[in-house]
Amino acid sequence: MELLGHILILIGSIFSLLGAFGILRMPDIYNRLQAGTKATTLGALSLILGVGLANPAFLGKSILLILFIVLTNPISSSTIARSGRRADIPMLKNAVVDAYAEKVGKTQAAADKKRSNRADADDPQTAVKEANV
Amino acid sequence: MIYISLVFLSLAILFSLIRLLKGPTSFDRLLASDTLAIITSGLIVLVAYLLERVIYMDVSLVYALLGFVGVVVVARFLGGDA
Repeated sequence: MELLGHILILIGSIFSLLGAFGILRMPDIYNRLQAGTKATTLGALSLILGVGLANPAFLGKSILLILFIVLTNPISSSTIARSGRRADIPMLKNAVVDAYAEKVGKTQAAADKKRSNRADADDPQTAVKEANV
Repeated sequence: MIYISLVFLSLAILFSLIRLLKGPTSFDRLLASDTLAIITSGLIVLVAYLLERVIYMDVSLVYALLGFVGVVVVARFLGGDA
């Protein structure tokens, strides 16, 4: 049982390493979100379960921690993705589907145009110029 | 085998820190800090196993809780619906 726990700890640390390497290598915030939350969730779950199996005194609290991570980690990743899309962080050029834009009814091009307009309006000198005119 | 796992987790923390320092947008930094919180929570569990102190699992639980609350609050603030 102790050997099984150690193997699970090793697998969990490898998955955590791959997830962190993914958020270093991926090109885009939404791609980074996939690597950085899914792989790391599996890695942390496997590591904590391995610790619980290797020493039975840790099993109760490790199951509690596993339940907590399973409940909260998807919530935080989904909140980051949603607020990133609401803040009009651009996707990759070859992104295929944008379900949020289809639902709300604005495309990525419209979002880019709106952001450049807002950047003009936020520039204080042009705002002062427009006010003087 | 446990010490190889410690090396892997330290490398994962290093990669997350590089993304936290580099990240072009603030969402990248937020994602890096979220990943950092989860990996550090796992590392505290491993340290608890090595030192054979069950009470350190509570430290890991509180760390994961505070990381989750901080990430959700900052993400909702940056998304514009604070």
